[in-house]
Amino acid sequence: MADLTINGKTFTLDVEPDTPLLWAIRENAGLTGTKYGCGIAQCGACTVHIDGVAVRSCGISVSEAAGKKITTIEGLASGATLHKVQQAWIAQDVPQCGYCQSGMIMAVAALLKDKPKPTDADIDEAITNICRCGTFQQVRQAIHTIASA
Amino acid sequence: MNKHVSPGMNRRAFVVGTAAVGAGLAIGLDIPFGGPTVVRAADGSPEVNAWVVVRPDDTVVIRIARSEMGQGSLTGLAQLVAEELECDWSKVTTEYPTPGQSVARKRAWGDFSTGGSRGIRGSQDYVRKGGATARMMLVQAAADEWKVPASECTVARGVINHNPTGRTTTYGKVAEAAAKLTPPAEVKLKDPKDWTIAGKGLLRLDTADKTTGTMVYGIDVKLPGMLNAAIKDCPVFGGKVKSFDEAKVAGMKGVKKVVKVGETAVAVVADTWWHAKTALDALPITWDEGDNAKVSSASIAKWLTEGLDDSQPAYVGNKNGDAKAAIAGAAKKIEAVYNYPYQNHATMEPMNATALYTADKCEVWCGTQNGEAAFAAVLEASGLPADKCDVHKLMLGGGFGRRGMTDYVRQAVAIAKQMPGTPIKLLWSREEDMAHGKYHPVTQCKLTGAFDANNNLVALHYRLSGQSILFSVRPEALQNGMDPAAFQGVAQSGEAAFGYSVPNLLIEHSMRNPHVPPGFWRGVNVNHNAIYMECFMDELAHAAGQDPLEFRRKLMGNHPKHLAVLNAVAEKIGWSKPAPQGVYRGIAQVMGYGSYVAGAAEISVTDGNKIKVHRIVASTDPGYVVNPAQVERQIAGSFVYGLSALFYGGCTVKDGRIEQTNFDTYNSMRISEMPKVEAVMVPSGGFWGGVGEPTIGVAAPAVLNAYFAATGKRIRSVPLRDQNITFA
Repeated sequence: MADLTINGKTFTLDVEPDTPLLWAIRENAGLTGTKYGCGIAQCGACTVHIDGVAVRSCGISVSEAAGKKITTIEGLASGATLHKVQQAWIAQDVPQCGYCQSGMIMAVAALLKDKPKPTDADIDEAITNICRCGTFQQVRQAIHTIASA
Repeated sequence: MNKHVSPGMNRRAFVVGTAAVGAGLAIGLDIPFGGPTVVRAADGSPEVNAWVVVRPDDTVVIRIARSEMGQGSLTGLAQLVAEELECDWSKVTTEYPTPGQSVARKRAWGDFSTGGSRGIRGSQDYVRKGGATARMMLVQAAADEWKVPASECTVARGVINHNPTGRTTTYGKVAEAAAKLTPPAEVKLKDPKDWTIAGKGLLRLDTADKTTGTMVYGIDVKLPGMLNAAIKDCPVFGGKVKSFDEAKVAGMKGVKKVVKVGETAVAVVADTWWHAKTALDALPITWDEGDNAKVSSASIAKWLTEGLDDSQPAYVGNKNGDAKAAIAGAAKKIEAVYNYPYQNHATMEPMNATALYTADKCEVWCGTQNGEAAFAAVLEASGLPADKCDVHKLMLGGGFGRRGMTDYVRQAVAIAKQMPGTPIKLLWSREEDMAHGKYHPVTQCKLTGAFDANNNLVALHYRLSGQSILFSVRPEALQNGMDPAAFQGVAQSGEAAFGYSVPNLLIEHSMRNPHVPPGFWRGVNVNHNAIYMECFMDELAHAAGQDPLEFRRKLMGNHPKHLAVLNAVAEKIGWSKPAPQGVYRGIAQVMGYGSYVAGAAEISVTDGNKIKVHRIVASTDPGYVVNPAQVERQIAGSFVYGLSALFYGGCTVKDGRIEQTNFDTYNSMRISEMPKVEAVMVPSGGFWGGVGEPTIGVAAPAVLNAYFAATGKRIRSVPLRDQNITFA
């Protein structure tokens, strides 16, 4: 059993402590917005925020995440108001298939919290998510649009 | 806000109002445009015809048969229907009919196949007619109510006006009456120059849910009582399961059952997928790997190299004059050998499907590029007839050709059949996905060009050796053994025609089919054919001491559409002016999927092996552009897919199995490596070409030709990582 604080809510989950956080979020907490892509922290589809920092949830265990503040894509908006990254993603039609975009949006939201006006070099360094559809050009443009707003 | 309604957990997205007929898939296309029997959607709203449902609140539901996998054709097809329907775009939603419903209605929605860049071009005519027919019926219904001729009525944004009297009504108010009318026999479609909804870069209909985590992909399906399955298929293609020791994992947490899946695979079914996967990893399995275990990349390469020799049999795909004689008597001869490896689709969402089997029903929920193929797979795997099966399509986390195959659907049904009444979600691990792809085929090519004394190209011999996709996937499409698709991009005519005139030409294919299963991988045979032809064209230009653009132009006089897109990129990238200091350019063109495309790259190279791709200009003439914003994204995305394959891709074979296991060994481009991509759309009209695939063909050759310009070195083998060349 593990207590996890996800999107401000406490979940008491029947999972082994070494379960990757990704699978506890998806299968035990039932929040499927966080995606499985590789399981080895390469692709970033499973990116969540832990205490405000972007983390690949397939790469850390439930026991490591316990007691920390976990935010998933479902918890990024403030009530009915979407996060500025979500708003920009909609306004600029960033996603294609969209499967990687939960993780992409979480990574970008964390970047903008640290660096509200990131340079291209900042983006290159911080955003290392894989997108097989190839939305990178729209991702970069949307980040700059948010930063200049 | 516009929204695509995912069928989600609804067993029936809408109710079929006509008696279901036990029709087979072989029944020809019969598109109903309405009729006296009103067919109703689940909420009671009338179908004006199979493509259009109008609700009393004027919401228009447009049915989309083709699958959305990121390419945007769901939105584009809705634009085409809405354009003819003259409805209010802000009130448009979309939904998928199921293949089972379509079969029950004599294939009401036609072909569901979403591959070959055919989503829009393959259905634009009948979906536009569906929209136009519905408009005429809605207007007629209003005219009937007013007892006036329909010719006195006009419609805009779903509001019908009787101009002489100023009366108005809306689609929602007359839909019920319209649905009872006999559809008109003749419909006239708009001239695309009059489009106001189609042809515009409208926002996609399916974006919002993709930003909040609420879009349901196959991997996200939840059904009451559902269990999860992890699977391992024999890592050597063609091998079988010899034995497995179920007792070793039976007591592990959450494990419900260990099942054999066909002759080749074993699956663990558990409460969660993580438990299933953990147990599967611990399960001792012995394989009967068979003779294929002796095959390696080296043995395949050796066999393909033998096929380059003229003594070996080959199919001729394109020919004029006598290339061999002209080469023998030429003043100068240039020869080169290229190769291209296997590639995995590596969709972000690994293969998965959820199946529920009972003795009299089998339903599957999955992402598929071909609902009807998935449906046929369900029939076959379940053994149940068509009226007892269905497939509920969900958003695809990438397709690129992979999800046109149905292996994962069959597996899910095979597992569910062993646990009747329990929904089973089968999910492949990334490792399974890498090990059991339907790979871009492996080929080699020997090219020989010959010049006369004045450096005119007098002969070209293009000898391809390697794997045929159709041989494995669709053998009935072979023509006397020849795979016509092997000549995509270098074909004599058709939708992937060669763009050069060479007086003596021989293009042939020595077919060699290794045991690794091939599949349609975005761009398919255009990928390697364009690299071979366009890089060699660059070699010929340099051998002749001519500019690569000018050299091509001289050979393209009889191919004005090919030439037009090439000229468009040359102009946009500034080919006639020097590149910035330290920057080098390459250019390429090809035709595929009915569209003419060209690309130019600007790169710089550090230390001879670190490539920075600064800028790509890509042009396309697809005839018509339905949504320029989405075409632009498809073009940019095709370069990500194509350059990822060029730099990082390549699946190698050792002991009969694929060596790459995950994104650490089969990498993909990141944002830091992304060049600026400028799309140039030059639709010339009069034909409908595809968009999702064609431009991938020019991605690799444009960069490789720029690499030669920068370094003087020819790269004739993909991927670049094998030659210690990477992104800067």
